[in-house]
Amino acid sequence: MKTRRIDNYGKINRDKILSFSWDKKNYKGFEGDTLASALLANNIGIVGRSFKYHRPRGIFSSGVEESGALVTIGSKDRRDPNVRATTQELYNGLEASGQNAFPNVNFDLAGINNYLGRFFAAGFYYKTFMGIPPLEWGKGTAIWMFFEKFIRKAAGMGSASGLPDPDTYEHAHDFCDLIVVGSGPAGVAAAIEAAEKKLDVILVEQDSLIGGNQLAENDFDNSQIKNQLENLGIKIMTRTTAFGLYDNCVVGLLERVTDHISAPNVNIPRQRFWTIRAKHIIVGAGAIERHIAFNNNDIPGVMTVNASKHYLNRYGVLTGKRIVIATNNDSVYETANQLSEAGANVTVLDSRTNFEIETNKSFEIRKGYVPYNINGSKKIHSLDISKSETINKSETIDCDQVLLSGGWSPAVHLLSHRGVKPKWDYNNACFLPSDKKENITMVGSSRGLWNKNDCIASGIAGTTDALNRLGISKTNYFFPKPGGWKNPIQPLYEVKYKKSRSKSFVDYQHDVTTDDVRLAHREGFISVEHLKRYTTLGMANDQGKMGNIIGLSLMAELLNKEIPEVGTTVFRPPYTPVSIGALSGRNVGKHFRPLRVTPMHQWNIDHGAKMIEVGLYQRPWYYPKENETLSDSYIREASTVRKTVGICDITSLGKIAIQGPDSTEFLNRIYSNSFSKLQVGKARYGIMLRDDGIVMDDGTSWRLAENEYFMTTSTGEAAKVMSWLEELLQTRWTDLNVNVTSVSEQWAGVSVAGPKSREVLNNCVDDSLVVTNNNLPFMGVTSTFLKGNIPCRIARISFSGELAFEVYVKSDFANTMMDLIWENAKKYDGCLYGLEALGALRVEKGHVTAAELDGRVTIDDAGLSKMASTKKSYIGSAMRKRGVLKNNDREILVGFFPTNLKETFNAGTIVCEKNNIKGQGIGRITSVTYSPELGHWIGLGFVKGGLDKWKDTNLVGADPVRNKQMNLKVVSPHMIDPKGERMYA
Amino acid sequence: MIRINCPYCGERDHSEFSYGGDATINYPSLDASEKEWTEAIFFRKNIKGFQFETWHHSNGCRMWLVVERSTVTHEIKSVKPCHPDLQKVVENNK
Repeated sequence: MKTRRIDNYGKINRDKILSFSWDKKNYKGFEGDTLASALLANNIGIVGRSFKYHRPRGIFSSGVEESGALVTIGSKDRRDPNVRATTQELYNGLEASGQNAFPNVNFDLAGINNYLGRFFAAGFYYKTFMGIPPLEWGKGTAIWMFFEKFIRKAAGMGSASGLPDPDTYEHAHDFCDLIVVGSGPAGVAAAIEAAEKKLDVILVEQDSLIGGNQLAENDFDNSQIKNQLENLGIKIMTRTTAFGLYDNCVVGLLERVTDHISAPNVNIPRQRFWTIRAKHIIVGAGAIERHIAFNNNDIPGVMTVNASKHYLNRYGVLTGKRIVIATNNDSVYETANQLSEAGANVTVLDSRTNFEIETNKSFEIRKGYVPYNINGSKKIHSLDISKSETINKSETIDCDQVLLSGGWSPAVHLLSHRGVKPKWDYNNACFLPSDKKENITMVGSSRGLWNKNDCIASGIAGTTDALNRLGISKTNYFFPKPGGWKNPIQPLYEVKYKKSRSKSFVDYQHDVTTDDVRLAHREGFISVEHLKRYTTLGMANDQGKMGNIIGLSLMAELLNKEIPEVGTTVFRPPYTPVSIGALSGRNVGKHFRPLRVTPMHQWNIDHGAKMIEVGLYQRPWYYPKENETLSDSYIREASTVRKTVGICDITSLGKIAIQGPDSTEFLNRIYSNSFSKLQVGKARYGIMLRDDGIVMDDGTSWRLAENEYFMTTSTGEAAKVMSWLEELLQTRWTDLNVNVTSVSEQWAGVSVAGPKSREVLNNCVDDSLVVTNNNLPFMGVTSTFLKGNIPCRIARISFSGELAFEVYVKSDFANTMMDLIWENAKKYDGCLYGLEALGALRVEKGHVTAAELDGRVTIDDAGLSKMASTKKSYIGSAMRKRGVLKNNDREILVGFFPTNLKETFNAGTIVCEKNNIKGQGIGRITSVTYSPELGHWIGLGFVKGGLDKWKDTNLVGADPVRNKQMNLKVVSPHMIDPKGERMYA
Repeated sequence: MIRINCPYCGERDHSEFSYGGDATINYPSLDASEKEWTEAIFFRKNIKGFQFETWHHSNGCRMWLVVERSTVTHEIKSVKPCHPDLQKVVENNK
């Protein structure tokens, strides 16, 4: 196969040969190549198949606007689909393959779609697969669901590996005075000017090299510029895309750290996601050349003019031998000169008739001519051209390449991210950036400047603008006027040619043709936003960078309006695709969210605990012996607690120190029950309501001293309660002299529960008198010492319904405390128990947790009316009896037994009346457990009207998700020891 | 990204803060009527433009702040502590 590489051209390193594979065949390229330039050099014309019609596609561009050369890079778990070959740097061993084709892009069976094109117009799938009216009216969704997977398979892009991503990604942050996006002449001038004025500057370039479109010039050498920038201390970030602008001058960057390296160091991330906080942003993002819509304008061999110049001067690849350039503007002539000098036979078709241009006269210029049809299917054979006024008298030119330039679109995307609508410029036939009050300045060709000197001047003006806005200087400046060509552009978006089955592509990415735009218009989708969604114009990888304006111009013509009246869709971030990996950074796998462990975490594991996540906490779930299952284990643990003694890590409870002279008044206001008479050395269970009268959380508060309390909250609500207390003290009750401090991490807690718990603790404390019934009665609190002089706090609090104590020590003593108590508990045949047994014990007692207090429940619903003081006002007291909360058919806390005691049920079961099993029923079961004490399954939950209404009625538990149904009996939630005799023992 | 200039910690990203709510509400006394409380907790203005709102520097100094922010542009005009005594301290340290 002949190479298209030519000598004496390009900035590639011909001494460094790289080998790569394309569709499993091996090829050679050079260091400095992109995959696209290497494929072109190897004369590979077809690199993809189009989205819908599976038409062969070649390389259209040399940059981020590419929508033809979308390929799959890598294999197995490093398979990366939909990569633009034009921006993928070549490396040794790169594996690339074509996609959306079977068996391959050269011969694709689905190419038949091309001939069925009339069936695949915009909206076809939705119209067809929604069912045939009137036979299938109302069944549309089901039919669509059935066909959708086939449609998705036929129309599509590359496929992902389906395997976990083996690469690492990283989030990074930086600050600067000025960030300059784009290293073309404008961006570089702006950066240098700013650095000379002592600003801290970051210069961002998506390419591997700085220079912008100057890299397409044959005499451009960026080394001097690079030195200058570095000497000024400018931070240069290449291979980095500014994908989005956000509030307060925040810029999102994606740095591709190793995507160009064949065997990257595993210790560095593949990509880095940067958040840059700047004081000013200068955008010199350049402009993108447009194509022209006419029949078969997508045959491999079609390319933008500027891309061809890039391939020639940067990569030393002459993309065609007999080249026809079709244009409507002056920008192509330098390229035509150079292509012709490089040995190509060049013809320029210029739609304009009256213009003067200087050339080297080595090629023919056909004034007033336009292309209207390409002949060929897998490559170009010839081009039909015509006088632009009348497309009928045809002439055919033999050629192997057609280069297009329908004008240039400034890259206004980043400014659009900030909600700025661009304005249409008639003289230059493009959208130009509007002004923005924020600190963002557009420079260079992204503000419609077409020649280098204007771009440089605009860069310096941009920095002056930045300095003025930052209050550093007050200097007058002006921006050059948009434009800069000798002859005006003549708008040319489409060359119409009436022929059956013609396809003129507006947007290559999703096969959107001029007919699709017309169909959208006929069917009433005339707003640009509707046009976009109906035809998919401007969607997917390239986001309409080349085709959008053509689509808008067609719609404008159909509506008999001007382009600015039709408007443009809003560009949203990201400018180019950002991988999910980069977005998630290191927050994957076990680092997906933070992990909290208690200070005795390792102790628990060493003693056989199986752990479970509760909120962010790892808590002991159960402690299985030998072959025990979860249920064997928790039933044994719960029984042991009721028989002798068990110990359980309860450190994850929230703990708040409340201090200050107004502490008692504060607690009295936030808890529904009274705290005014709580003595020093006593604890009290309390319930907090929200402003709207719903239960927020429950917990205990221990009065350690006159003005000092120790509050515990539930594990899941700890952070919320802390913020709430701070809010009240800092915003509402600023006269209260109270300080709250989170001490959750400072104290390690353990529950010692069961009839033998006092004996166990007796052996653990220094002074055995402190835990006697007299000295430490129910809800008593003491600060004392464990053996070994370990200061501790002990409260006689019971969640299990047994005689029980909570013991807290400073976190550093956690393991010592556990060793000590466990040693002594073993002497009484005690056990370690986990969350599952804890749950069983509390359900038996009818104690509520987050499963019951779910943010919809009032204090009365929870059966805790006695906890609501009538003698004082507190948060929520005015609202807890409002409107619907007064209704007497509210769901009230009850216990449930299965009527047949051998049956089981699950949490989530819906409680219904017999013969009326539907909808939300009359209640729900929130927590279930096997009760070792009662010998059968029991549940807690809610039922409308509560125990009084249903205690003698058989109800039905419906569990449609698990396909289960059982008869239920409603019982008191206090299923064991309702008088609490054991707790007071 | 919204940047909030915390009077204690300095300028920080909004991700360090938690949004509170309308800072202009005068919560009634605890023994006020259900009607007064209903007004205070359920009825909110939907302001286009600058509004005073509370933010909690939950991943910072844990101060509750009154932030004057534009709901249209996210521009922030002023930030001060909610607590009047802290406001005085900030003023005195200026």
